Amino acid sequence: MSENEIRMPDTSRLIVSSSPHFHTTDSVSKIMLWVIAALLPVTAVSVWHYGLPALEVIFFCTAGCVAVEVLCARLMRRPIEINDGSALVTGLLLGLNLPPGTPIWICLVGALLAIGLGKMVFGGIGCNPFNPAIVGRVGLLIAFPQTMNTWMTGPDAYTTATPLKMLSDAHLAGQEGATNAMSEMLSQVSYGDWLLLNQHGGSIGEISALALILGGILLIALNIIRWQIPFFYILTVAVFTGLAWLSDSSLYAPPQYHLLSGGLLLGAFFMATDMVTSPVSRTGAIVFAIGCGIITCVIRLWGSYPEGVSFAILIMNALTPLIDRMTAGKPFGAPKKKGLKL
Amino acid sequence: MPEIIYQFYGGVHPPQAKISSQDAIVSAPLLERYVIPLQMHIGAPARLLVQKGNKVLRGQMLADASAFVSAPIHAPTSGLIKEVTTCLGVLGTQLPAVILESDGEDTPAEPLAPIPNWQDSAPADLLRRIGDAGIVGMGGAAFPTVIKLSPPPEKKIDTLIINGVECEPCLTADHRLMLESPDKIIAGMQICARILGVKRILLGIEKNKSDAVDLMRNKTQDTSIQVCALDVRYPQGAEKQLIYTLTKRKVPTGGLPMDIGCVVQNVASVYAIAEAVIDGTPLYQRITTVTGTPLQSPGNWRFRVGTPYAEAIRLAGGVTEDPVKIISGGPMMGVAVYSLDIPITKNTSGILLMSGAEVSQYQSKSCIRCGRCNDTCPMQLMPGILSVQIENESFDLAESWHVMDCMECGCCSYICPAGRPLVQHMRRAKADVTALHQAAKAAKAAKEAREAKEAAKEAKNSPASAPGKK
Repeated sequence: MSENEIRMPDTSRLIVSSSPHFHTTDSVSKIMLWVIAALLPVTAVSVWHYGLPALEVIFFCTAGCVAVEVLCARLMRRPIEINDGSALVTGLLLGLNLPPGTPIWICLVGALLAIGLGKMVFGGIGCNPFNPAIVGRVGLLIAFPQTMNTWMTGPDAYTTATPLKMLSDAHLAGQEGATNAMSEMLSQVSYGDWLLLNQHGGSIGEISALALILGGILLIALNIIRWQIPFFYILTVAVFTGLAWLSDSSLYAPPQYHLLSGGLLLGAFFMATDMVTSPVSRTGAIVFAIGCGIITCVIRLWGSYPEGVSFAILIMNALTPLIDRMTAGKPFGAPKKKGLKL
Repeated sequence: MPEIIYQFYGGVHPPQAKISSQDAIVSAPLLERYVIPLQMHIGAPARLLVQKGNKVLRGQMLADASAFVSAPIHAPTSGLIKEVTTCLGVLGTQLPAVILESDGEDTPAEPLAPIPNWQDSAPADLLRRIGDAGIVGMGGAAFPTVIKLSPPPEKKIDTLIINGVECEPCLTADHRLMLESPDKIIAGMQICARILGVKRILLGIEKNKSDAVDLMRNKTQDTSIQVCALDVRYPQGAEKQLIYTLTKRKVPTGGLPMDIGCVVQNVASVYAIAEAVIDGTPLYQRITTVTGTPLQSPGNWRFRVGTPYAEAIRLAGGVTEDPVKIISGGPMMGVAVYSLDIPITKNTSGILLMSGAEVSQYQSKSCIRCGRCNDTCPMQLMPGILSVQIENESFDLAESWHVMDCMECGCCSYICPAGRPLVQHMRRAKADVTALHQAAKAAKAAKEAREAKEAAKEAKNSPASAPGKK
């Protein structure tokens, strides 16, 4: 090749930026899309089982969350960031946490609470201390206890007594009533059916434990959620309720009953693992998960609410900054016993 | 002794992109003009010994290392000192420099006396030679090697580690050097070991260079050198991580490898040491990878220092498309430059051209606290939390969360799904904390000086207050 054929680079438009110059192809929106993908199995099963009442709730929660985020961003004169998909995830989770057949307007109030009060008032994605979907759910639970405690068990079949509610009522009935209620309840339960398709009533997302576990395993395999949170959360609940059951099996339900009932699996795989509101380090995640497990059990066994997952996660959300500080490791090569500024 | 490899914490797996690993080293042809900065090392600039209009010969010392931490500079060829001026450095600053116009003869100067029987020479003589030859750490930091090889007597060194890891993607210079000059590298290692008086020599090479691992194992069979094949994970070649991988020792924060009995040298540096000792050749050339998809024919060249980047790119056949970034060094820690007038120096391991498709441009978002930066930080810091503190300008808080231990390897920025400029934040905080400390130190010194002055004044004004002392 002759000298004058050599083309030299044009240096007038070179980009100069801080290293590193390679970047992963991962992004926030990809992470959120994977979370949505992991929630699809349970969403599909619930829509198949409950039909329109579930689809409506999921649709209006999701659409409501996106709309509230757009509205808030407009009011705050901030860029609209719905493309990151986090409002979609919040909406989907909120929908899965409501009973099928919840009136549309209550779904929209939930969306307003979740995104407006749970996320945007703090400054949007990454800034919220509490899981927005849980803020929405708990807000509705307090405001509309009647609606929030009427459950469909199938098309056109309703109940107000979920397994956990029966358990809670039984406890309140005292020793003798509890023993009777317990044995009757346990005789009705088929764990295999429960695992596949929950016929006992509950939130939309409690329809199939198996679908939740599949989704959770997908997220763990992709390293999107930290496996420590669901693992230690579920383990803590199993150990805690197991000990209670061993101490008095006439008063307390067996651990497998607790693992499959209520929102434990949904909470452990999809709600407690919310990155923004859980600790950053893996040690912190373990502390967080064990805390969630203990609070859940205390509320379920001795509290007046039948279910404690939402409250447990909210309380541990509040403790997350503290856990972050207390579990921050020492740098590589640092001498031992060098505490952080608290 | 069995080979035990430990796993350092964190790290990332960026694309390797070592497209030049099969290209043999080619000596770059003589240029008409070299731009030689007087500072190619950490420390003070070298002190100029020549003037405008002087005729110099190849290998002649142009500037000496009279300053405390410094390294001499030698002429890359024979010719005329055209000008004593400044030139653009990699970091965008102007450096003192000389322009050397080649006479085309390439006449060598009287060489430093070769020491072929270095096995019998005194360590002090070998050290002096390494200093005179202007050898610096060629892996990137460019710290004068003579200082690294003369630890204070209270630091007992028992392990010499040679860094042939080359964990930066794209770069292949060290790889080619190990394949093409294994004997010189082995001699250089043994010279270093003799100077330090150590028996244990470990050569770390990443497994993606299996040909180099095999060759070096073959060549070192009869020596005490142990060749260790290491997992491919960035930053395997970072000094602290490499030491840990090979010895399980941790360099204390704020400390040096010699605090734990180790000295680390890069393969290119030990090669230069062998050349300086055995052949008497000072350091005025090095192997540099010129690579990247926009180039016509990327490869590895032996350049004389002072070769402008433009000439290196011309040697690689120019470009087929305009690059969007040009980087001095590798893609993880290299510095993006905006001019091709910058000369190759003793620590230019690579010149990387990136096309528009390879350069990712993105909007930085809020931290979603996914914790991936935590999982990848080899120094076990919390980059995400630090970056939020730094955005809030809470530098004292960032300091208590150990921002000063950041080595700027780039793992956190690489992995961040929110595209946050984490390393840039760390650099900002480190600069700010350093400035704060210096200001505090200056203020303290000024206060003490003032108090001493006032005390003296008081003592002078009231001699009567202490009559009893007379």
